[in-house]
Amino acid sequence: METKQILDTIQMISEEKLDIRTITMGISLFDCIDSDGDKARRKIYDKLTTSAKDLVKVADQIESEYGIPIVNKRISVTPISMIAAACHDDNYVAYAKTMEKAAEVLGVDLIGGFSALVQKGYQTGDKKLIASIPQALSETKRVCGSVNVGSTRAGINMDAVKQMGRVVKDLAAIDPVSCMSLVVFANAVEDNPFMAGAFHGVGEADKVINVGISGPGVVKRALEKVKGESIDLVSETIKKTAFKVTRMGQFVGNVAAKALNVPFGIVDLSLAPTPSQGDSVAEILEEIGLQSVGAPGTTAALALLNDAVKKGGVMACEHVGGLSGAFIPVSEDSGMIKAVEHGNLNLEKLEAMTAVCSVGLDMIAVPGDTPAETISGMIADEAAIGVINNKTTAVRVIPATGKKVGEQIDFGGIFGYAPVMPVNTNSPAQFVNRGGRIPAPIHSFKN
Amino acid sequence: MKAVVTVIGHDQVGIVAKVSQKLAELKVNITDISQTLMHGDFTMMLMGEWDDSAVNFETVKEGLESLGKETGLDIHIQRQELFDAIQKL
Repeated sequence: METKQILDTIQMISEEKLDIRTITMGISLFDCIDSDGDKARRKIYDKLTTSAKDLVKVADQIESEYGIPIVNKRISVTPISMIAAACHDDNYVAYAKTMEKAAEVLGVDLIGGFSALVQKGYQTGDKKLIASIPQALSETKRVCGSVNVGSTRAGINMDAVKQMGRVVKDLAAIDPVSCMSLVVFANAVEDNPFMAGAFHGVGEADKVINVGISGPGVVKRALEKVKGESIDLVSETIKKTAFKVTRMGQFVGNVAAKALNVPFGIVDLSLAPTPSQGDSVAEILEEIGLQSVGAPGTTAALALLNDAVKKGGVMACEHVGGLSGAFIPVSEDSGMIKAVEHGNLNLEKLEAMTAVCSVGLDMIAVPGDTPAETISGMIADEAAIGVINNKTTAVRVIPATGKKVGEQIDFGGIFGYAPVMPVNTNSPAQFVNRGGRIPAPIHSFKN
Repeated sequence: MKAVVTVIGHDQVGIVAKVSQKLAELKVNITDISQTLMHGDFTMMLMGEWDDSAVNFETVKEGLESLGKETGLDIHIQRQELFDAIQKL
């Protein structure tokens, strides 16, 4: 019996908060399309509640038998803009409510896919879906939506960028907390198990199980043992730790896929923080040697972390996918919150960090009076970083309606709270209002 | 079914006896056992094996957890495949 390895594993789970962040079942809804909206929604409800009827049961059983916490059980579906396009409804709120009802009955935490892909242009369904977002997301609790506004192959749809700034503001005007259910992407991926950006891509199998892992605490604890050593050793340590963490994701995914009789898709090997102490990406960066996250050197340390996580994780599982890397959501990371509150981390530095990590400006609260054009400007900047660097980027900002810099907004549970951050007040309105499309970058022409 | 049982807590008379007695009642065979003191805590690990068509995992887990409550010890049981998956290539 390998007692040291057993103790090592138990310590990773109990003290260092290693967990499976999510088991996400991707479900295609293409066979639910109908020109009659009511019929389509009935088919969607039936397919979801049949396909995922054992998802929660199986996840709970794995948690019990293997002693691994599985924080969330989720579903992602084909972007609703594609499924609803055939019907003649004026808006798609009813589709979101069907998703919500199915998620509630199944006991899953979140359901993603109230989405549209408009990187190059709008189709009928896309227009209606985007217009439905504020009402759909504010009248449901578990439904998540996303809109892809740019890609390296297509460039950036500036009409969509402009519109999404307005949509975010409209949603915030109804309920700012709902903004955490909406992501604006560039280079969105089709097999992402993490919310709010998960949707089931058109190239995926009919049903698939994807797993998202977490474990910033495990990485931090491992780095505590190599204090003062060279960066080479820091990188090696992160790789070894990421390997173990990812192995658990691969193992759980295999067990779940077999029990549910659904193919196993990918492991998303992301370091996803939660607000609890010791489960923070910011603390890893500080352990590497920064007085506070936000200090000069932060971007380099994050680049090293992100790359080492991928290198360690890639060999540990059969198929890597999703976003894979380090997440830097402000509200979900106690270290990030602290740095913002102490004035050590600003929006500009966060933007720079998004050039080297796995997502973008995530769970950031901005003043309630931030104009829609300014939010569009932030979306355009993030999309540009993604499109030019051939990576996924996203914006999930929360205009804290009625609140100013220094106040805070609470999301509850694993979503934490966010201090309202100052935004550059110079207007990008004329730039944003031009509309049109930023052409695809020269290096996208690889054929 | 193979599972790893870990027992952690303040050292006291009869821990090994109580745990092995409970496992015997649950028809779990002990195939390996090891104990040590870690950070001042008594730490015991043992590998159990049983016929899960006769006794299911939940029954064994509940039996051990109720013993944990009675004795003030932290008793966990986890299926053994997890450890191989994480620690071995």
